[in-house]
Amino acid sequence: MAEQPSWIQRLLAVPNDNPWKTIGVAVVLCLVCSIVVSATAVGLRDLQEANKREEVRRNILEVSGLMRPGGDIDELFKQVEPRVVDLRTGSFSDAVDHASYIQRDAARDPEMSVALTPDQDIASIRRKAHYATVYLVKDSQDAVSTVILPVHGYGLWSTLYGYLAVKPDGREVIGLQFYEHAETPGLGGEVDNPRWRSQWPGKLLSDDDGKLRIEVVKGTAASGPEGVHQVDGLAGATLTSRGVNNLVRFWVDENGFGLFLNNLQQELADNG
Amino acid sequence: MAETRKLVTDPLIENNPIILQTLGICSALAVTSSLGVSLIMCIALTSVTAFSNLSISLIRHQVPGSIRIIVQMVIIASLVIVVDQILKAYAYEVSKTLSVFVGLIITNCIVMGRAEAYAMQNPPMASFLDGIGNGLGYSAILISVAVIRELFGAGTLLGLEILPLVKNGGWYEPNGLLLLPPSAFFIIGCFIWILRTVKTRQREKIAFQIMDVQVKEHA
Repeated sequence: MAEQPSWIQRLLAVPNDNPWKTIGVAVVLCLVCSIVVSATAVGLRDLQEANKREEVRRNILEVSGLMRPGGDIDELFKQVEPRVVDLRTGSFSDAVDHASYIQRDAARDPEMSVALTPDQDIASIRRKAHYATVYLVKDSQDAVSTVILPVHGYGLWSTLYGYLAVKPDGREVIGLQFYEHAETPGLGGEVDNPRWRSQWPGKLLSDDDGKLRIEVVKGTAASGPEGVHQVDGLAGATLTSRGVNNLVRFWVDENGFGLFLNNLQQELADNG
Repeated sequence: MAETRKLVTDPLIENNPIILQTLGICSALAVTSSLGVSLIMCIALTSVTAFSNLSISLIRHQVPGSIRIIVQMVIIASLVIVVDQILKAYAYEVSKTLSVFVGLIITNCIVMGRAEAYAMQNPPMASFLDGIGNGLGYSAILISVAVIRELFGAGTLLGLEILPLVKNGGWYEPNGLLLLPPSAFFIIGCFIWILRTVKTRQREKIAFQIMDVQVKEHA
């Protein structure tokens, strides 16, 4: 043991411009740094994953109006049932597991998604995954009361990811909320403003003939019967408003959840 | 003792990294549109500067000159990743807003500047304090800019309404320019102007004279 200090001392005494020492220092430094970095990443992974899951669930609860201040997310989320929908047929599917399925990754996988033609792709998302996880909220009679659809589309700087909650009739909006975007704070970023979001509940996506009518208008929504399909644009954020308009119209229309919403309506009509 | 205190207080005004050395401007432009985000950024940068200074100073006698910049970069980059991971675990909301800017601390000239200029020549404790001091100097400017931008650009501070906005039924019409990055340029410019007017010692010497002035003087 008495040998060891002198061995380290000898090593440290090697002149710094010795090429072997240079390589040695680089190797040791990289080892130490990579251990520190991987230890932190591994040690904190569970917390980070939990944050992400909680974030998604909080957003789903908020958009469907179930979130109470101080409410327990785990408890409240028991009313919500995740289901995978095949967007090609518009029906529920068990082809993928909702717990592990990530729509964003699937949209990049040629086998799991389809490229959109320019005139289909009004939301500028380029590719659309075949499957999407929707969330159903059931009331005390076990009837579906809210359908929560994942939506995304391009704004000004970034893709906005969010949830659109609608009534099971597929027409009346319950809420729209984005959980990820990078629009200009204070301008396009105002999509997060509760005052702006509060306009969405009660709006009708389509008119009585089933024609898609929902629109984010420049300026203020019209008063009167037209207004029920219109939402005020964001001041100073024309392109973000247009992006929101396009993505909502895309996802509720035939290329998005249109088929699914029709099937759901059919089902309700059959049961009722 | 006075020496040690100067390490921390000097970079606040006398030798401020942003205002006097004009370093770290890029993140000062990017994250200052809201005060809360700026505060987290300040904490992140101060801790990275302090700990990178400390670790670089600890190994300063063993770092070969030929790879010293890379050694500094590796240490700084590792610390930044650690900070980013901690934010993602404990301050998830803020880490989403800061997104790429935490990662960009790696390229912040203040961190590297202090490592190269101070920590390579000075003992660990003094280097650590120097890092804290420079981090605080950066923070002082960031927080001042963020207060101005958030208060007059959005009428809020830390998200709380201070000046009720016209669109929410109040009286204040916000200045949208303040929320865009260039406004931070103007604000920092004004700070530099004011500080150099008050503290004339901070003025830079004129590096060259304009041609026709020289000609006139010679004539």
